[in-house]
Amino acid sequence: VSTWLNDNGPLLFLALLDGTVTAFVLALIALGLSLVFGVMRIVNVAHGELFMLGAVLSWFAFDLTNDPLWGFLTALVLAPMIVGSIAIFSDRFILRKISYHPESTIVATIGLLYVIQQLTLMFFGPEVRPVEAPFYFRIQFPWFGYSGYKLMVAGMSALCLSGVWLLMKRSKLGLYMRATQQDIEIAKTFGVPTQKIYASVFALGGGLAALAGVLVVPIRQADHLMGLEPLLLSFIVVIIGGLGSIRGTIVAAFIIGISDGIISVFYEPTLAKMLATLLVAMVLVLKPGGLYGGDQA
Amino acid sequence: MLLFLLQFILPTYHHSSVSKIMLLASYAIGYNFLLGYTGLMSLGHAMFFSSGMYSMGLGIYYLELSPLNGVIFSASFSLMVSLIFGLFALRTSGVSFLIVTLMFGQTFYLSILYFNEFTFGHDGFSLAKYLGSFVIFGKEYLFSNPDIRYNFALILLTSYLLIATFIVLSPVGRILIAIRENESRTQLLGYNVFYYKLFALVLSGTFSGVAGAMHGLLFSYIGTTFAEIHHSISPLLWTLLGGAGTVIGPLFGTGIMYYMIDFISEITKNYLLVVGIVLILMIIWFPLGIMGSVRRKWLKWLP
Repeated sequence: VSTWLNDNGPLLFLALLDGTVTAFVLALIALGLSLVFGVMRIVNVAHGELFMLGAVLSWFAFDLTNDPLWGFLTALVLAPMIVGSIAIFSDRFILRKISYHPESTIVATIGLLYVIQQLTLMFFGPEVRPVEAPFYFRIQFPWFGYSGYKLMVAGMSALCLSGVWLLMKRSKLGLYMRATQQDIEIAKTFGVPTQKIYASVFALGGGLAALAGVLVVPIRQADHLMGLEPLLLSFIVVIIGGLGSIRGTIVAAFIIGISDGIISVFYEPTLAKMLATLLVAMVLVLKPGGLYGGDQA
Repeated sequence: MLLFLLQFILPTYHHSSVSKIMLLASYAIGYNFLLGYTGLMSLGHAMFFSSGMYSMGLGIYYLELSPLNGVIFSASFSLMVSLIFGLFALRTSGVSFLIVTLMFGQTFYLSILYFNEFTFGHDGFSLAKYLGSFVIFGKEYLFSNPDIRYNFALILLTSYLLIATFIVLSPVGRILIAIRENESRTQLLGYNVFYYKLFALVLSGTFSGVAGAMHGLLFSYIGTTFAEIHHSISPLLWTLLGGAGTVIGPLFGTGIMYYMIDFISEITKNYLLVVGIVLILMIIWFPLGIMGSVRRKWLKWLP
């Protein structure tokens, strides 16, 4: 064991670092999906495209300002707002019209997925485009240097996660959200504006995905097809963690992110994804509530 | 149905399109069996389609099966796949079922990519060299012959339509519809809902698998595009457009969608945009589909 550790120790450390960064970003994306499922009881299949929009908008901001730092800051503020408005718009004109029926919503959001993806293809083009990181800074370990930006991504994601946590537990909006989640009829009777809550939850979910897109794009470039993989991964996370549970989502993001990092470094990325998808299917089958799931629809 | 036999006058281009539509419509009929008659929406049917296609192709390639044995092999393989899948997936329902099917489908797709030395991965492979020819009434034919393709597709489609009509009108079909309408009430009446759902799923999976095998055989190409998520969504779209829960609906849906995409792709490359818009508009204003609406308005007896 000790010789193996001597040979592969640095590699394992790198896998753990990469895994942690992946886990934080994944938690951010999955949290959006989880909130939408928890409060509105619907699955948003277009969630990955909202993430992609965040990344693509970030490229536009970079292109317009021509300055990595200002572009990044602009995108950080504007992208979640723009994507949030798109989410509100789709809530008002699509989801409300089919009265949030779970299976119709899936079909409608598949449609939305295609519309967003193809519109992006028309305006952004099929190329894969890089976005410069707002700063360069390497942290030197004895064996290798590691990008400081990646660590900042993890830090900012952690900050946002705690922000959402506080919002849910401490604010009036969060109280309304939890009330709607527990029982929409009773919440309505007590004067909670559930329609507005639905719209803001959908916007918040989309905004979180877009934010993750902005943070990730300097690490992994932008293209119009990048939404599918995070969508599937966040499905996996949300299901393993229990649909609608924030704590479960974050724990599961770490399980998936770090094991994905380790398997990808030592074996093959395809194998990692294969095992993860299979794992999720089995969790759903054997333990429908997920690891932290309470009641489940 | 007999109308289709008369279409020997079609020009070459449409001839080949209609063959393709008939094969894809067979796939959609298999899909509709689960969605339309049992009320289970799946997002992983590409798994069945491609498992049929790959088991047929790899069987011919490695085991040197004859084409007929290849199709039989693929039918039993996709039956097995859907049985195993059903035993697991049917423990969930509603939204969880959708996600489980999506995940299993994706696992299958990734495993085709992962075992690329055995399955030829992304590139797929062509069967043309291994199929050879066969003899009907003293004349020799190739599988890629357009007339053969057309008629085999027609045979497949017709038999699917007949089997589907037969099952839907049978007592078993009635119970399936009862499950779609109200599962717990059906259970209360003393039916073992699980076995009926399993039956519908296995039938649907096998139908899709054989449709996949025939597609591979008649177009001599096996590839991963048929295992992608996109290929699981297509039959959902065709079925919804044509009318879920009508035997003939998927055929109309497939035909209309095929020609619409064909027409639009001449104007723009972004035909998926139109697919998306159609999906959204349909689910909002037209949830019954074409034949569903026809049935409600004029033909109450339509199966």
